[in-house]
Amino acid sequence: MTRLSLLPAAGLLLLAAAGTAHADGSGSATLDAVRARGQLVCGVEGSTPGFSIPDSQGVYRGLDVDLCKAVAAVTLGDSSKVKYVPLTSTNRFTALQAAEIDVLIRETTWTMGREASLGALFAGINFYDGTGFIVKVALGVKSAKELDGASVCVQPGTSTELAIADYFRQAKLKFTPILIDNYPELQAAFISGRCDVLSNDSSALATFRATQAKPADFMLLPEIISKEPLGPMVRKGDDKWFDIIRWTYFAQLIAEEHGLTSATIDAAMTSQEPEVRRFLGLEGDLGKALGVDAKWAYNAIKQVGNAAEIWDRNMTPLGVPRGINALWNKGGLMYAPPMR
Amino acid sequence: MSGSIADPRLAAPRQAPRRPIRLSWSDGRLRNIVWQILVLAGFAVVLWYLVGNTRMNLAARHIATGFGFLDSTSGMPIGESLVPYTPGQSTYGRALLAGILNTLKVAVIGVVLATVLGTLIGIARLSPNWLLSRMSAIYVEFLRDIPLLLQLLFWYVLLQGLPAPKNALHLGSAVFLYNGGIQLVQLVWEPAHTAALAALAVGIAGSVLVARRARRQQDQTGIRPRTWPVTLGLLAGLPLVAWLAFGAPLALQYPVQGRFNLQGGGIITTQYLALLTGLVIYTASYIAEIVRSGIQAVPHGQWEAAQALGLHRAKTLRLVVLPQALRVIVPPMTSQYLNLTKNSSLAVAIGYQDVVSVASTTLNQTGQAIEGIAIIMAVYLSISLSISLFMNWYNARIALVER
Repeated sequence: MTRLSLLPAAGLLLLAAAGTAHADGSGSATLDAVRARGQLVCGVEGSTPGFSIPDSQGVYRGLDVDLCKAVAAVTLGDSSKVKYVPLTSTNRFTALQAAEIDVLIRETTWTMGREASLGALFAGINFYDGTGFIVKVALGVKSAKELDGASVCVQPGTSTELAIADYFRQAKLKFTPILIDNYPELQAAFISGRCDVLSNDSSALATFRATQAKPADFMLLPEIISKEPLGPMVRKGDDKWFDIIRWTYFAQLIAEEHGLTSATIDAAMTSQEPEVRRFLGLEGDLGKALGVDAKWAYNAIKQVGNAAEIWDRNMTPLGVPRGINALWNKGGLMYAPPMR
Repeated sequence: MSGSIADPRLAAPRQAPRRPIRLSWSDGRLRNIVWQILVLAGFAVVLWYLVGNTRMNLAARHIATGFGFLDSTSGMPIGESLVPYTPGQSTYGRALLAGILNTLKVAVIGVVLATVLGTLIGIARLSPNWLLSRMSAIYVEFLRDIPLLLQLLFWYVLLQGLPAPKNALHLGSAVFLYNGGIQLVQLVWEPAHTAALAALAVGIAGSVLVARRARRQQDQTGIRPRTWPVTLGLLAGLPLVAWLAFGAPLALQYPVQGRFNLQGGGIITTQYLALLTGLVIYTASYIAEIVRSGIQAVPHGQWEAAQALGLHRAKTLRLVVLPQALRVIVPPMTSQYLNLTKNSSLAVAIGYQDVVSVASTTLNQTGQAIEGIAIIMAVYLSISLSISLFMNWYNARIALVER
């Protein structure tokens, strides 16, 4: 059943009723709230394999989920202390603005408009994506340029929606949008033939194809029509919290760079490499500067793993190649500033 | 009610003698004023706090405010719109207008159809025909007990089960039924059709005048003059003449199979059909009960009196019972109309782009949540107040005039 847009309204009430944030303790209102609660509240999508979806035991799994866990490990020392709030594409920002969630990690595209007007900041890019199209092979379409007059299934309130409107306008093609907020229902509409094309971030389309009973019946079109850098989002005005989210993610990349995995990190405690020693909290006081435990990065990697492990756990089983999401020194775009 | 020798309503209203307000807690009028001031002040304080706090929070979180976004270009695509709308060129204001019109399109047609269906079922439930009355009872009891959202999803899924455009069910080459909706042959609109429509409006006004004159004549002389030839001329002849005068254009646009969908002609989309069907069928079950209770509120003696005068059942219903029942029916009916209109916001669930759907996408794209929600509230408030005003006017008109 579709979650209706009651959440924005409820969020507004909260926005009206919430006391003004005042900082004491750590200097970050969000961090204080997380610590007082003993739990991180993480806004996720909740129905996309690879990013965030509950498994058969009801345990959330995915790339976004693992970032939530890493943040919990950094701030609370325990990656299991996370409450996941599934959000639709239309109610996600209001939930963040109204402080119903501490951080939004929900395949959200970093765009200028969003950062300038939503009162929120992107703390990094955990997945480089692009809008693509998937069709049934039976349709006989080989390229997006042949889609004149097609009906396109897309989620309202997404950057995908804007990207395809731009694409069709530029290519002087007509299309009929079929807009359904709930992603599983949208996929059902595509499978039932209500629309000819399903459009979304191409990674999500790839996982959709991989999870079908007969993946060979579906085909991704070659065109990638937009840049969709996905990343975690936090409220503006809490810079310390922003730093924590951003560096938790960088820690995953740096760990991969130094070959630190959840299995080898204990052995690395004897390492003499300066950056590894700073990473593990054996030297310097970077953790204190960040406002968290000295062993923050150790906890994140020990409990959740580095970027490569997270990828192999969530994306590799779905057959998504790492491509531009590899580290910068392996032909990808993932690059973390030095830890010193 | 009336009939006593001195009608008290004709006399000057009786009043307690006026005396100045005393500054004492034992003075009821003073107490009233003090309480009212206190309540108002309390309300103002709460409002002031909420507005001030919202503003402070918005500023602290660097969220832009204002209605300026209505003039900025909107990139969101809209599936069906009564006004021209191009994503990437039209503004958010235009997108919202399209959404409002979509809401009105479903509300107005829904109200009319629900009234017709509900009245028929309500009357059928009182029918002496056993089967008919039981079936109506089952209809009412089943449909008003199932949540509307479920019904909408049911209709939507059902309609999605129709064949794909390529294998559309069709009536000749004029009507196609497929999972995208019903695609119909469409008249290519020309000035002649506008003229014919205008002539029809004139014709309707004219026939109302003719009918009124005939009625006056009947009241005075007891003989009702024959009006149907004139009415027919006004209603059918006048538009026909106007159409012919403009050259009688009759170009039809047939739907044809495109590569993906049927192209050309007019379309009633699946989303709209599902929403309309769900709302009409659900609301009709309530209206049926209102109509039934209204009819049963008319004393049985009225039926017997009409029968004694020799009126048959249909005429009794139309001329004697319904006019009296309407007084009971109209006020709760207003609530049902309001419900139907507001329930149309469930359109979000099945992908029909009503005002809520468009506004929530807008607030998502622009981040103007407070403004977006305010617009939704203003739209529903305006529509609801308009319905209330109209229904109150109608209620006052049909109220039994007591003498």
